[in-house]
Amino acid sequence: MTIMNSETQTNSLTSSETKDKLVEVKNLKKYFPVKGGILKRTIGHVKAVEDVTLSIYQGETLGLVGESGSGKSTLGRLILKLLNPTEGRIIFNGKDITSYSQRKIRPYRKNMQMIYQDPYSSLNPRMSVGDLIEEPLILHDRLTKKERQNRVIELLGTVGLGEDTRFKYPHEFSGGQRQRIGIARALSPRPALVIGDEPVSLLDVSVQSQVLHLMSELQIKLNLTYLFISHDLSVVKHMCDRIAVMYLGRIAEMAPKHSLYKEPLHPYTKALIASVPGVDRKREKVKLERNMPSPSNPPSGCPFHTRCPESHNRCTIERPELKNMGNDHYVACHLYTEYDVQR
Amino acid sequence: MRGVYMKNEPLLEVNGLKTYITLENKKQAKAVDGVDFVIHKGETTALVGESGSGKSMTSMSIMRLIPEPSGKIVEGSIKLEGKELLKLSEKQMEKVRGNEIGMIFQDPHSSLNPVFTIGMQIAEPLRKHKKMKKKEAYKKAVELLVMAGLPNADQIVKMYPHQLSGGMVQRVVIAIAMSCDPKLIIADEPTTALDVTIQSQILGLMTELKDQTNSAVLMITHDIGVVSEAADKVMVMYGGQIVEKASVKELFRNPKHPYTIGLLASVPRIEVEQERLESIQGTVPPSHAFPKGCRFAPRCKHAIEACTKTVPELIESSNDHEVRCILYRGEETRPCDNHEQRNTN
Repeated sequence: MTIMNSETQTNSLTSSETKDKLVEVKNLKKYFPVKGGILKRTIGHVKAVEDVTLSIYQGETLGLVGESGSGKSTLGRLILKLLNPTEGRIIFNGKDITSYSQRKIRPYRKNMQMIYQDPYSSLNPRMSVGDLIEEPLILHDRLTKKERQNRVIELLGTVGLGEDTRFKYPHEFSGGQRQRIGIARALSPRPALVIGDEPVSLLDVSVQSQVLHLMSELQIKLNLTYLFISHDLSVVKHMCDRIAVMYLGRIAEMAPKHSLYKEPLHPYTKALIASVPGVDRKREKVKLERNMPSPSNPPSGCPFHTRCPESHNRCTIERPELKNMGNDHYVACHLYTEYDVQR
Repeated sequence: MRGVYMKNEPLLEVNGLKTYITLENKKQAKAVDGVDFVIHKGETTALVGESGSGKSMTSMSIMRLIPEPSGKIVEGSIKLEGKELLKLSEKQMEKVRGNEIGMIFQDPHSSLNPVFTIGMQIAEPLRKHKKMKKKEAYKKAVELLVMAGLPNADQIVKMYPHQLSGGMVQRVVIAIAMSCDPKLIIADEPTTALDVTIQSQILGLMTELKDQTNSAVLMITHDIGVVSEAADKVMVMYGGQIVEKASVKELFRNPKHPYTIGLLASVPRIEVEQERLESIQGTVPPSHAFPKGCRFAPRCKHAIEACTKTVPELIESSNDHEVRCILYRGEETRPCDNHEQRNTN
């Protein structure tokens, strides 16, 4: 059981229920105020994340895909509590951390770390690589200087960098190597959850696959759980066990990798998969017209109906709830009726 | 469709192009080091490579937009319909840019001026190159926007770039590039900054417009998927040189250079089940410190001693397929573990 709206919560016993949930997000919302006028009053809200409910299981990789403005990065930041949610709950390892203060959350930060998109701006240029990796250890662990040094050397080895690199500075490294440093830094307090926000999108293809390899290897070795945020459907397919597709702050479809790519249900997922340019294309081309509407003024009814090739009357009025279609496959679309779990 | 254009006359001929950049520490970076290719009318040629391979410098050399005095075209010739671009004066070159050669840049928002309306920016090249009157140019601007697939174009001409989304701005940039009916369009990573659904719209639009006007497109990209979707021919660049040249079909079916093989194997693909991605070890060497022989040799699995001695020549084999690798010297042999084996792994 992966994701549910309040109505479907009761009948949601499936196989994956037995796995341990590391993170649970319930009805999460994040609205950013838009200020305007002379008095800078709030004149509206950008609804970045709108009623998202999902779980991340121990040891899995959950992919979060969507176009820019779909709220995928905001959701990642909310889970890490880098942003405070407007509404909803975040449960980490069985504890509700939603209302924790910055001070109270600090011991939990050790368990959740982030790998950022841009390896050039996420490392302080004035700190040596050793200091960069050591910094989280000083904050989170009570280790002696010697122990920290050893841990830094060990971490550099884990990400495939030499021991001597700890005396160098970020500018001396290429993009791929910097991303390795970023990974070492994220791993230094031994986290359980690592959120990667487009961790390879700025890297060259040959280097991209090196970093993806490293991430998969480390997952097995250190028993990590990943939330992998990306716009690239091919990379997500390669990396993830389950995938959630976001559109205008909501989850449009969520399913295990194989069923999502083989049998996408939501028209948006279909179009998204169809528009990935590919070398050996067997897919049908579906072209989406127009752009994504602004999240400050989302359309009524189904958020996708303005671009949907299969939209009908009901879609403009009533918003579809996320429905369980069986086998962990969830979709928010009026074209489908709920699979009866009782049967 | 593809390949028909081969019989067409050459539009752009680049021969022995060398563009060097002098770095602050007096070192010379060989950004483009002996590039030759021909682009025929009506075809889309893709130039693929990773960052630092010299692909953008090649396109900037064609436009003569290399930042001087640090950068310099040292050698070679660039002919547009027989006219030598490197011998033109700056004034004459201005008549070529935006008129005979249109350009589309990567980041649509930074390629437009934020303080002028869309209409003014489309009208500018029309008034300059085609000597149109203001009103006439504005009318044409609206037509161009409609052609670029923008709804309510008569309102968009009055808007400013920040009021439009990335995909819309890229359509405006395409409209500007197409405004003077250019013979050649250079598109430098035209869809990299866009979302996938918008990317496929823009690629479709570019192909459509190219066919309508019978112009040619030189598309610079790092995305192999985009190449397969939009191009007729491909040139793979590595370390300032073209290492492989072929038609798109041929290159994907039968890649020859170890770099191309590695590159194709390291891209995750949506249709194929891959347990493990191949990757090329190491990184692209900086252009001021290329190895002596083959530039790919330090990262190549098949490198032999001879590879480190001299830079191999481009060897032409069957099907207009050219490759710069010592392994194909003499007869057609393949690297022992070829890509087909890898795909099955």
